[in-house]
Amino acid sequence: MTAATSAQVSDSRRALDGAVKPRRFGAWYVAEHRFRVMRSYLQTLIVTAFGYPLLYLFAMGVGLGSLVDQTQGQQGVEGVSYLAFVAPALLCTAAVTVASEEFTYPVMLGFKWNPTFFGMNAAPIAPGQIIDGIVISVTARLLLASSLYYVIMLIFGAVPSALGWVAILVGTLGGLAFGVPVMTYVATLEQDTGQIAMLMRFVLLPMTLFSGTFFPLASMPPYLQWIGWISPLWHSTELSRVFTYGSAEPLWLTVVHILYLGALFVVFWMWARRIAARRLNK
Amino acid sequence: MPTPVITANNLVKKYKEFAAVNGISFEVAPGESFGLLGPNGAGKSTTMRMVGAVSTRTEGDLSILGLDPNRYGPEIRSQLGVVPQADNLDAELRVRDNLIVYGRYFGLPTARVRKRADELLEFAQLEDKAKAKVDDLSGGMKRRLTIARALINDPRILLLDEPTTGLDPQARHILWDRLFRLKEQGTTLVLTTHYMDEAEQLCDRLVVVDKGTIMAEGSPASLIREYSSREVLEVRFGSEKNASVAEELGGIGERVEVLPDRILVYSDDGEAELSRIAERGLHPITSLVRRSSLEDVFLRLTGRSLIE
Repeated sequence: MTAATSAQVSDSRRALDGAVKPRRFGAWYVAEHRFRVMRSYLQTLIVTAFGYPLLYLFAMGVGLGSLVDQTQGQQGVEGVSYLAFVAPALLCTAAVTVASEEFTYPVMLGFKWNPTFFGMNAAPIAPGQIIDGIVISVTARLLLASSLYYVIMLIFGAVPSALGWVAILVGTLGGLAFGVPVMTYVATLEQDTGQIAMLMRFVLLPMTLFSGTFFPLASMPPYLQWIGWISPLWHSTELSRVFTYGSAEPLWLTVVHILYLGALFVVFWMWARRIAARRLNK
Repeated sequence: MPTPVITANNLVKKYKEFAAVNGISFEVAPGESFGLLGPNGAGKSTTMRMVGAVSTRTEGDLSILGLDPNRYGPEIRSQLGVVPQADNLDAELRVRDNLIVYGRYFGLPTARVRKRADELLEFAQLEDKAKAKVDDLSGGMKRRLTIARALINDPRILLLDEPTTGLDPQARHILWDRLFRLKEQGTTLVLTTHYMDEAEQLCDRLVVVDKGTIMAEGSPASLIREYSSREVLEVRFGSEKNASVAEELGGIGERVEVLPDRILVYSDDGEAELSRIAERGLHPITSLVRRSSLEDVFLRLTGRSLIE
């Protein structure tokens, strides 16, 4: 072997060694970046993580709840107090709201406004790992926000069942089942000419209103109930109610909730990876 | 020549039917400073993205550090430093954090990245800006930070796409000085530019690219020798008259180029040509004798100026 080719072998060797860690942990490095960025708006994160549950549980659970319980009785809604009925739904709604923030603007930012994703990709990070990293970081935030929500629910006495804590996981899954498809859509946008705002107004808002959040889906006219059936929020809300107060529903329906939420999350996650690969490789 | 760190053979990149890069071949030796000179839209940036292992080639062979980017993208990118044409510094992070976070993408330990970040801030003359927001930096500082960021992994090859475009002359000179230091330390530089002075300052060797193909290759000096004369006489007769006066310049200089605003006379002795023009009773409004530059090479090769 001549000196020259051995130099190249050592270059190739260096390259092969240099990518071992990024290939394995690249997604975590991206998540690390997201956490650093979140740290810059940590105050907002904390205030909303405490503030929302307090405000909503007071207003809906206690305020509106006392009115509902007066007319319907203490076990008037699905056999429990209105507070117990509405609290898991509020947790799931909060998770979906957090997801809709974290999966929209930061994604648009990275692809377009401040194209940091291209910078990550110029380093050894693969496009799919960027998507994975976002999913990891948002999952962490969802777990944290849902846990806090749950603790405050406990303080309000809104959780009759000992299995209630599972709602933390359900809320997180619900957030991902809604947020990841949204991310997939946002990843295809070349320009934001108001699509994200439209999404918030005409998808997120109606979804929170018609997903059995404040009243059972069955009390809506049948021609509107389909909104609940396709809404990931309805599925996560119903599923979390199973755990927080043992809401009665057939087992198959519980399985459908889990499968539907899981499928939305995984299918769109894989789809988003492909879109990112296509978008970054130009 | 030692084993090249980059070998491109008949490289083609097509977007649907349009070939942005249409059969480019070149090699870059370790430690060499190699340039792609050409106007906007010549295919330089596309070539750079293929070399940067982020854009898949349509045809041809490409080897970076002995590896094929189609299969070893992350491996190759672990040894590259990339300075893109449009800054993509992270506006959500402060100056020093930009370096640290970027180093983490290479899987480098945080302690090592911190130390390296401080060294690079010094190199980029940004020590006192460590805690500043990226958006508060000037254009030149941002570009220097981008270069510092590209060096965080001690790259074997530094890719620079239009490194000084949009910077004022002073900022450009500071940047050239930094790049020249890197070159002296033996870093392989590959850069694209449409500024001939930049190519002359920084490149040992370059290719002139136009419409996705290579028009000429060589060192700046040899290209000028081959495609131009030693000196150029620039004469202006007024934009209305340049074309008609040019017809009367037969036999003057080795070659004459008529541009909208001036006439270029190529010759080894510009002053002599100027007196010959005066002898014919033609009196330009202004005249200037200068050395030939890569701009003239480009004009000769393509019939167009670099900056249009």
